[in-house]
Amino acid sequence: MSTVAAAWNRKHLLDIESLTAEESHLVHATARAFKAVGERPIKKVPALRGKTVINLFIEPSTRTRISFELAAMRLTADVINFTAEASSLKKGETLRDTARNLEALNADIIIIRHSATGAPHFLSRFLRGSVVNAGDGAHEHPTQALLDTFTIREKKGHIEGLKVTILGDILYSRVARSNIWALLKLGASVTLCGPSTLVPRVFEQLGCRVTYDVDEAIVEADVINLLRIQHERQRQTMFPSIGEYTHLFGLTKARFARTKPDVLIMHPGPINRGVEINSEVADCESSAILEQVTNGLAVRMAVLFLVNGGKGPQEISG
Amino acid sequence: MPEKTTILNPQAIHRVLTRIAHEIAERNDDSQSVVVVGVQRGGIHLAERLGALLKSVWSHPVPVGRIDVGMHRDDLDHHAAPHIQPTVMPFDITGNTVVLVDDVLFSGRTTRAALDALNDFGRPRCIQLAVLVDRGHRELPIKPDFVGKNVPTAMHERIDVHLKEQGGEDVVYLEKTT
Repeated sequence: MSTVAAAWNRKHLLDIESLTAEESHLVHATARAFKAVGERPIKKVPALRGKTVINLFIEPSTRTRISFELAAMRLTADVINFTAEASSLKKGETLRDTARNLEALNADIIIIRHSATGAPHFLSRFLRGSVVNAGDGAHEHPTQALLDTFTIREKKGHIEGLKVTILGDILYSRVARSNIWALLKLGASVTLCGPSTLVPRVFEQLGCRVTYDVDEAIVEADVINLLRIQHERQRQTMFPSIGEYTHLFGLTKARFARTKPDVLIMHPGPINRGVEINSEVADCESSAILEQVTNGLAVRMAVLFLVNGGKGPQEISG
Repeated sequence: MPEKTTILNPQAIHRVLTRIAHEIAERNDDSQSVVVVGVQRGGIHLAERLGALLKSVWSHPVPVGRIDVGMHRDDLDHHAAPHIQPTVMPFDITGNTVVLVDDVLFSGRTTRAALDALNDFGRPRCIQLAVLVDRGHRELPIKPDFVGKNVPTAMHERIDVHLKEQGGEDVVYLEKTT
């Protein structure tokens, strides 16, 4: 593993698009140390002691919210969970006012999930504290991409030169966009595959390869990242039926048998067994799906730790 | 240009570490219960060397670990987040004597953070502190048990420790910035 030279000077983590490869390396290196903390009898460190972290989840989420919540707790921060269903947003308050009110409680870090693209960027323009994007519309989900690349690096030893296929709903997926940015910056080649209605050719402009032939897309892949069909984000039917999707694009046992022997199967969850992935394939040796969850916690601890850092030089003697 | 004075040459560093190893052996009758833990980053190579020297004194292996204190610092708000190095503790410290090793002892804040970090791994019977250079200016009530060299310094001076494990030769400089 190369040594990390870059310093982290970001107050917010809003997207992967603006993140450098060096900054991703730094998050990974930091996450490795935090993963080790999770393996100790005492899984908590005082790095964010006395800090207040607010989970501002305007769009429903369970796993990402719990992951961020536990990450903050393991750093000894105080955490408040704020969900749209039980909030004044229902009473007509604007996002700006909601965020300002939370800031009036002296929140240090606000983690936001929102259905609108750019909501975290918007908050970052007027809030004093740090803003971490936990998913904004179909735009980006930076911590997911950081944990996915962390997992690939851990399993494969490197990212540069790997062939990664992202299979499924690309159009509506913020996970896909963040992963594309991260993988390309870290030197992987990216193939996108799925129904043509959900994988527009316009993605080629980012530097990806687009194909609609799933068998060709998976046979050479070192990593296959499966994305869920997002029923909740599709405004009209983009393909005839779930059964047809499974038939044409699902990672069935027959397709899995034709992949490389050391292929890594990934999925950001929640998985739909029998739809985009065969149940046995999801649980097989090649699958890193649960490891991704473990790594997600470590990566989110690293991100909270890094954005909390103040300005100035890194090293001081003691 | 900073003015550099050599305060420890390779032979002196070897002599000093050999002496510290013997002092550790003298202090600790129960050699089987001693583990050595280097503080990232400056202390880890010194800890390895002390472990090897103690092995030859005691004629049995001495476990050596390394600990990073970045998550336990008290100044995380004032600086960019530090690079966290691996913590490796392949043994149980509970009930054992931990010899904590660092290159330079200055304010004592790194040592305090290391004491806190060690707490998460268990409850040692006692913790002793070995440093290559004590340059003074303590800000906390922390005192080393084993010192390679006491070097009175001014606040603006720097102690620069080079070890051959990082490339080059063993040498410690005092840098006066003008």
